[in-house]
Amino acid sequence: MRTHSLFDRQTILVLSLLAAAAILVPTMNELPPPGSALHLSDHLVPLLGKYVCFALLALSVDLIWGFSGILSLGHGAFFALGGYAMGMYLMRQIGPRGVYGDPILPDFMIFLNWKELPWFWHGFDWFPFAALMVLLVPGALALVFGWFAFRSRVTGVYFSIITQAMTFALMLAFFRNDMGLGGNNGLTDFKEILGFPVQNGSTRIALFVLSVLALASGYLLCRWVVGSTFGKVLVAVRDAESRTRFLGYRVEHYKLTVFTLSALLAGVAGALYVPQVGIINPSEFAPANSIEVVIWVAVGGRGTLAGAIFGALLVNAGKTWFTAALPEFWLFALGGLFVFVTLFMPRGILGAAGDLWERSSQKLRARRSPQPATHAAE
Amino acid sequence: MTVPVTPTLLYLDNITVSFDGFRALNALSLAIDHAEMRAIIGPNGAGKTTMMDVITGKTQPNEGTALFEGTHDLTALDETAIAELGIGRKFQTPTIFEMHTVEDNLLLALKNRRGPLATLLSRGVNQDMVRIDALLERVRLTAQRHRRAGELSHGQKQWLEIGMLLAQEPKLLLIDEPAAGMTDQETADTADLLRDIARSKAVIVVEHDMTFVRDLGVKVTCLHEGSVLAEGSLDAVSANERVVEVYLGR
Ligand SMILES: Nc1ncnc2c1ncn2[C@@H]1O[C@H](COP(=O)(O)OP(=O)(O)O)[C@@H](O)[C@H]1O
Ligand SMILES: [Mg+2]
Repeated sequence: MRTHSLFDRQTILVLSLLAAAAILVPTMNELPPPGSALHLSDHLVPLLGKYVCFALLALSVDLIWGFSGILSLGHGAFFALGGYAMGMYLMRQIGPRGVYGDPILPDFMIFLNWKELPWFWHGFDWFPFAALMVLLVPGALALVFGWFAFRSRVTGVYFSIITQAMTFALMLAFFRNDMGLGGNNGLTDFKEILGFPVQNGSTRIALFVLSVLALASGYLLCRWVVGSTFGKVLVAVRDAESRTRFLGYRVEHYKLTVFTLSALLAGVAGALYVPQVGIINPSEFAPANSIEVVIWVAVGGRGTLAGAIFGALLVNAGKTWFTAALPEFWLFALGGLFVFVTLFMPRGILGAAGDLWERSSQKLRARRSPQPATHAAE
Repeated sequence: MTVPVTPTLLYLDNITVSFDGFRALNALSLAIDHAEMRAIIGPNGAGKTTMMDVITGKTQPNEGTALFEGTHDLTALDETAIAELGIGRKFQTPTIFEMHTVEDNLLLALKNRRGPLATLLSRGVNQDMVRIDALLERVRLTAQRHRRAGELSHGQKQWLEIGMLLAQEPKLLLIDEPAAGMTDQETADTADLLRDIARSKAVIVVEHDMTFVRDLGVKVTCLHEGSVLAEGSLDAVSANERVVEVYLGR
């Protein structure tokens, strides 16, 4: 089938590019002397790592929006929860090196005059536990939220709105000091991760490479999911939900499965993001963040997976450039790009490129064989 | 074992559906036997599609009994559960998965395990392909196998949907206006296909096209304003005064 061969080519391309990034970025940072044209300066490594985490977040959104038609405008929440779980681990690693020097309590708790570590902070000093929470917390929220929403058949724009409400509510909750998660300052001033100083160049390289690995694994996982019969059911749900029910599929179970899987990916992305940017605070829950992710996916090409990665990298690189060069214009540029893509490339940049490729290869085939190519011949 | 309360495959009794006071179905009663084919006729708005909605769990009746195989209360089940019992449905307008290939449309319809875990681990095995080969042959879409379903002609879409229905291996098939938008030849072929299917399965066909209904040569039920107006052979029903009034009087 033509779609399958295209997918395979795409998979090879994506994995090669990610492998190249995982090799080139460390090499260009380490080997060429600073000042050389090939040198990648130290501050760019965590910046690129941040883009890679955003790409994984975009991938998770494409899995549900592109393939199952579930437009979540709350995925930033799963990302932030994964980030907070990692942040809590990093806070506990500070130990007595905080400003107040308490061996157990993070600074903000001393500041609030707390005497004891709240119950939900226990265990976070142990990395495997924190890593489990990175998956468990976003996964559990998605499971519970999705169970209520999908069971009551909340779809379309209503679903999008309640996901916005969810992330907004979480933002308000996390802003509160008595939530015990650092209030509006969030969690920051991290020292070490697994014993390695977070600010060190080599730690940052390792985090970058790990993020690329996570993105590659996430991509392969998504590819595997959409290539299975399960993936075909998802597309069926997207295009004709009620028909799928009449075929005997429990649509709500499918949605719940893919929504939860997607939240897990977003949580991992958030967990890798936090040590690289050095802070997690409630603004990560801002409703606008989640909307921005959807824009990345739309720009890159919804329902292509590779497009989500491409869109996230492109838009964020653009954002970095704009905020340095023309800070006032960034939001206009983003809005303009979104409108342009929606109007002229409804399938996104990669989607449009794919169409172009198919058309030209069809022309080529037609030129090679004098008889008109029939579909049956494929 | 529970003793079936009725020997018929499908038993509708006194079904009433009202939409804001308007009775789309009004004390409708109908019984379909195992491996029986029944044609349902009736003017537009008679309630034919609504009846299928009730049988397949899309619409909850306000009143009445709907039993499948004598024991299953259809009014208590949802669409998925009813499909699992073995009731398949073809919609009035062809409803297929346009983005999927013809092959994948049939693959999704094949009677296989339907849970997320089962499908996650499945990628269409050879056994499935053999079943799909036979289905494609039967609905004459072998040459279209790898085309996207959205590219098919209207008649081909209708046949693909019938193919999907067969792939489900249901006990009862509900077919809403299969001949709509078909050429005369396609209509005649469709009647042949349905007669063939009806040899082993119960079929309910809703159709306006009288030539088509005559071709089927089965018992006919005429609906009007949500209840049964007449029932019997096509000749007897078309000779019925009230049917003539409803059909010709307009
Ligand atoms: N969801 C609905 N809401 C309100 N009225 C409906 C609904 N579905 C059907 N109806 C009405 O019920 C009547 C029967 O419709 P239908 O079963 O589609 O007729 P048929 O298939 O025999 O042409 C029509 O008058 C239609 O307008
Ligand atoms: Mg109708």
